[in-house]
Amino acid sequence: MAELPGCPGPSSAQAGPAAACQGCPNQGLCASGGPAALDPAVAEIKEKMEIVKHKILVLSGKGGVGKSTFSAHLAHGLAEDETKQVALLDIDICGPSIPKIMGIEGEQVHQSGSGWSPVYVEDNLSVMSVGFLLSGPDDAVIWRGPKKNGMIKQFLRDVDWGEIDYLIVDTPPGTSDEHLSIVQYLNSTHVDGAVIITTPQEVSLQDVRKEISFCHKVKLPIIGVVENMSGFVCPKCKIETQIFPPTTGGAEKMCQNLNISLLGKVPLDPRIGKSCDQGQSFFSEIPESPATLSYRHIIQRIQEYCGLHHTEEKLSN
Amino acid sequence: LSIVPLSFAERSNLAGVQHILLVLSGKGGVGKSTISTELALALQHAGKKVGILDVDLCGPSIPRMLKVQGKGVHQCDSGWVPVFVDQDKSISLMSIGFLLEKPDDAVVWRGPKKNALIKQFISDVTWGELDFLIVDTPPGTSDEHISTVESLRQYMPLGAVLVTTPQAVSIGDVRRELTFCKKTGLRVIGIVENMSGFVCPHCLECTNIFSKGGGEELARHARVPFLGCVPLDPQLAQCLEEGRDFIREFPKSSAFPALAHIAQQILDRTSSQSS
Ligand SMILES: Nc1ncnc2c1ncn2[C@@H]1O[C@H](COP(=O)(O)OP(=O)(O)OP(=O)(O)O)[C@@H](O)[C@H]1O
Ligand SMILES: Nc1ncnc2c1ncn2[C@@H]1O[C@H](COP(=O)(O)OP(=O)(O)OP(=O)(O)O)[C@@H](O)[C@H]1O
Ligand SMILES: [Mg+2]
Ligand SMILES: [Mg+2]
Ligand SMILES: [Zn+2]
Repeated sequence: MAELPGCPGPSSAQAGPAAACQGCPNQGLCASGGPAALDPAVAEIKEKMEIVKHKILVLSGKGGVGKSTFSAHLAHGLAEDETKQVALLDIDICGPSIPKIMGIEGEQVHQSGSGWSPVYVEDNLSVMSVGFLLSGPDDAVIWRGPKKNGMIKQFLRDVDWGEIDYLIVDTPPGTSDEHLSIVQYLNSTHVDGAVIITTPQEVSLQDVRKEISFCHKVKLPIIGVVENMSGFVCPKCKIETQIFPPTTGGAEKMCQNLNISLLGKVPLDPRIGKSCDQGQSFFSEIPESPATLSYRHIIQRIQEYCGLHHTEEKLSN
Repeated sequence: LSIVPLSFAERSNLAGVQHILLVLSGKGGVGKSTISTELALALQHAGKKVGILDVDLCGPSIPRMLKVQGKGVHQCDSGWVPVFVDQDKSISLMSIGFLLEKPDDAVVWRGPKKNALIKQFISDVTWGELDFLIVDTPPGTSDEHISTVESLRQYMPLGAVLVTTPQAVSIGDVRRELTFCKKTGLRVIGIVENMSGFVCPHCLECTNIFSKGGGEELARHARVPFLGCVPLDPQLAQCLEEGRDFIREFPKSSAFPALAHIAQQILDRTSSQSS
């Protein structure tokens, strides 16, 4: 398993007591010595996740930039191909938005012999979120890191996903427990990469650059960057206003500087927020809008990326 | 980034702070850091001395919003000296942004390490005499929030300002944040509905890009004060990018009256409390 930032490695004398070990799910095991002192769940997850063809993480250092909206619509878009099985996993434990955006708020998860069954939106689109485990809309998940990590582990190990082509993971903003845990648990399996969401202004980009540093640190490939909420065209006078101004050149300049792909830009459109609130896909609500067309183009590029890397891997095996 | 444990000062570093308020939201990107910044500026213009403690460790925004990014904090006998934003030293700020070697460095820390730094931020920053200490937080109800509220409890904070945007996806998260406040015994000063409507600067048509009214409705439903609607205002976003003082430079802009009104309600509340 690749080492995480600050991780002294299980064989080090510092394993367990090191500062970076605090809160790590393996801390107890590492501290107790033992050569292969790793969480046994990692092996179980490896086995379970190996049959998932593609895994995509949706990340951003910044809050509210549209990670959940993007994750949900990437899932909708990929599931339009009925021959593909798509799963959407929400690891935003304290602020799960996916149940509402997918229109399945209030649904329950059932326990079966083979684990927790996810909630199905379509025959080929299943969803798992901590939102399904809450007793009501006011129920807060006031958990520190270790409990959140335990939940993520359960989502990966104990959910009966079946055979899936695409697993999309929606994350909270930042570079902390949830992010370390998902990377750590998926580390022994193949992850296609991360799609990074930003908005055009520097206040957002400065956090997104940190997220990109994180990806480099943990050796998570970056599929590309999506610039969301870029510009708003007034429905009356048709003039565009940059509400979140790209004062430092927006995602385009950042991608050039850091040598990563810009997958596309999505404008602000009030109908996106409305569709999300109603739990409907805006692809069907506003099929011809610039936002939908841009989204479709981005999804196609992600499919191409995954297909390409999949064949490359097959060839090299 | 090194954390040197400091010997305990005789007098608590927060002893000279009159009122502590937290800015919270379950949802990301709703404008917590924006409201924290503008509130600090508005209170400063009202003649108050204000400190800002930024406990968003993975995504600190306030240094840029106040144009002090790249500054450093110094240590003195009684702790860390915060960064002063203006010559009069009427706004001071502590943020992890000042402790990073490079601005793009990611702070990849699990909860316990974050908790340790937050505790240190609360005990070891030499704020001196302040009328207000504003605490800007990351979204959620996890380590940062639990640690902040626990460490501040003995100083009896005035309460929390909850920020939301109008749409249901955001309201859902803020309902959970209200539960957090209830469970931790943190008073709710009120709810702000931010990014509420956008008036086109060319034709004056108002579009509710992120819907409208959700924050006000939530305040009514939860029986907590509603502090007002702040519209989407490109001039505000631009000022925050450049670290300019929006409150001083744009008194005629659309967001100004709402922001001034929020600050006034907080001033009224504290003056009635202390008299
Ligand atoms: N292009 C867009 N135009 C208009 N509204 C949008 C657009 N993209 C997203 N939104 C809306 O903005 C809000 C924030 O989006 P979303 O919840 O997906 O962000 P997030 O990054 O997942 O936030 P968090 O950090 O809290 O998890 C939602 O209400 C969503 O419907
Ligand atoms: N009323 C407004 N009008 C225009 N832009 C705004 C408004 N409020 C906030 N913004 C802009 O929206 C972006 C998000 O705001 P901000 O960073 O304050 O949110 P936050 O809740 O602190 O986010 P995070 O959850 O990432 O900490 C910023 O670029 C800010 O300048
Ligand atoms: Mg989200
Ligand atoms: Mg913030
Ligand atoms: Zn117009």
